[in-house]
Amino acid sequence: MPKSDASASSAASPELMIVAKNLTKRYGDFVAVDGINFEVKKGESFGLLGPNGAGKSTTMKMIASTSQRTDGELSILGKDPNDHGPEIRAHLGVVPQQDNLDRELKVWENLMTYGRFFGLKNSWLKAKIDELLEFAQLEEKRNSKTDDLSGGMKRRLTIARGLVNEPEILMLDEPTTGLDPQARHILWDRLFRLKENGVTLVITTHYMDEAEQLCDRLIVMDKGKIMAEGSPADLIKEYSSKEVLEVRFGSANNKEIASQLEGIGERLEVLPDRILVYTDNGEGALDRILAKGLHPVTTLVRRSSLEDVFLRLTGRSLAD
Amino acid sequence: MSVIERNWQGAATLVNPAKPMRWGSFYVAEFRIRGMLKWWDALIAFGLGNPVLYLLSIGIGIGALVNKGTGGAGLDGVPYLTFLAPALLATAAIQGAMDEVTFPTIEGFVWNKTFYSINATAISARQIVNGVMLAAMARCFIQVGLYELILLAFGAIPLSSLPVLTLASALAGFGFAAVMLSVTVFIKDDDGFFAIVGRFVLTPMFMFSGTYFPLATLPIYLQWIGWISPVWHSTDLGRALSYGADVPLWLLAVHVAVPVLLGAVGLLTAYPQFEKRLSE
Repeated sequence: MPKSDASASSAASPELMIVAKNLTKRYGDFVAVDGINFEVKKGESFGLLGPNGAGKSTTMKMIASTSQRTDGELSILGKDPNDHGPEIRAHLGVVPQQDNLDRELKVWENLMTYGRFFGLKNSWLKAKIDELLEFAQLEEKRNSKTDDLSGGMKRRLTIARGLVNEPEILMLDEPTTGLDPQARHILWDRLFRLKENGVTLVITTHYMDEAEQLCDRLIVMDKGKIMAEGSPADLIKEYSSKEVLEVRFGSANNKEIASQLEGIGERLEVLPDRILVYTDNGEGALDRILAKGLHPVTTLVRRSSLEDVFLRLTGRSLAD
Repeated sequence: MSVIERNWQGAATLVNPAKPMRWGSFYVAEFRIRGMLKWWDALIAFGLGNPVLYLLSIGIGIGALVNKGTGGAGLDGVPYLTFLAPALLATAAIQGAMDEVTFPTIEGFVWNKTFYSINATAISARQIVNGVMLAAMARCFIQVGLYELILLAFGAIPLSSLPVLTLASALAGFGFAAVMLSVTVFIKDDDGFFAIVGRFVLTPMFMFSGTYFPLATLPIYLQWIGWISPVWHSTDLGRALSYGADVPLWLLAVHVAVPVLLGAVGLLTAYPQFEKRLSE
């Protein structure tokens, strides 16, 4: 999709779309983002993963050039958003956490008026709207009011709206939160197409599966800080074992029984409802538990996920 | 490969930031007017129906009483309807312009958060303020124009007075709308805000602004309401310009200066507040 010569705007290092150094945002005494460093390259799909309140959305607002940083350096498309906010925003696409479509306007009018904010011509937009509606699978809803759309459709329309200016970076804040599984998969498919065609994506999510599906590389954030950085596979390799054995002994017994499991697997994580045994051989670990004469109510052997990485890094589960 | 991918040029080639940075206020106004026109039928029905009712009851009913009581001289040397017309226009201007700053601003920040989506594009907070004001003034002119049609039909004003009356009432609309804009930006939710404004601001302002009788008729301790009210300034200005009511030159200057000042203070308060709220 975007051609390789299209990044003339970032003269210094054309391949770096976003550079953050010691990026900090404070609200009074509260530090929302605490001196983080990261870079996003052209065509990359970059994720910010973390629980609610980790500082993801605040970071996104600073990248979107609508909220100014308190400290540190930030460069978007080679420019400082403090001095060049409107110029940067003209080349970004933003999909906010909460759909903010205009409810008085029809589906196509939402795309039309939004395109006008970039100074795009009506005649050009007419053709573009057809493309966007096709991409968002909303051709039949062209003349509907946005209130009549399902949650997934609204989300797709918001994404289509974010693409109207053919952005160099598309930013998605929790793109599938609140959607049912089918709607999520349709959306992932659309986003994957964009990624395949070289659009730089920046995505926040607290869903592991989403991060694993969409992100080439991600940072795990907690309390305003970066806990780890890497591709999903690398992070799992570095911070977790190959497999995880989940055993449940009933909420009342988990803690007590955990002490008897010491030595099985590389590491144990005791949650209120279950015990996680990190090991490269889940079935083998289970055999050893059964050999001790212990009888879990349920057992499950699965591959490690980013959820485990997060648990390891923060001692908390992402859903908290 | 879908068509969106084949035709993709990329924002760096497609979007020239200079354009929205220069014309953004008009793009916002265009967006607001598009939303406004969704209600065009109600807008016209209200814009014509309201003055008809008003003129039938107050203008003709009370007018007959006043004209009779003054031996046919009317007020200020003109028929009562002619005396009343500038005040009615000022009120229509204020009502029209106010509707287009208060509701859209609460909608933009609270109900729909549309202002945040606009600000995510190249459009600045200041351009949103200007665009909302531009659209409000467009509505103000529509409202005043419709009112003038009815006034003409009732023979209350001569055709030649339209330009000055339009100007005088638009001044009131501008001043009051800018102030309301700067107040509305602080509203976190409706919370009966509109009812309060309607009952405790609009109604008294309309009653005590020399609308139905010259301001000087009021006891001195009530006249201050008129002095701070754009309705009175606009009305007195309109009376002077349309039928030559006796207003000294310095006071005419004050009549122009007060709404302009209100407007300037309103906008200068609104700009940083919009910036602050949009960056939260």
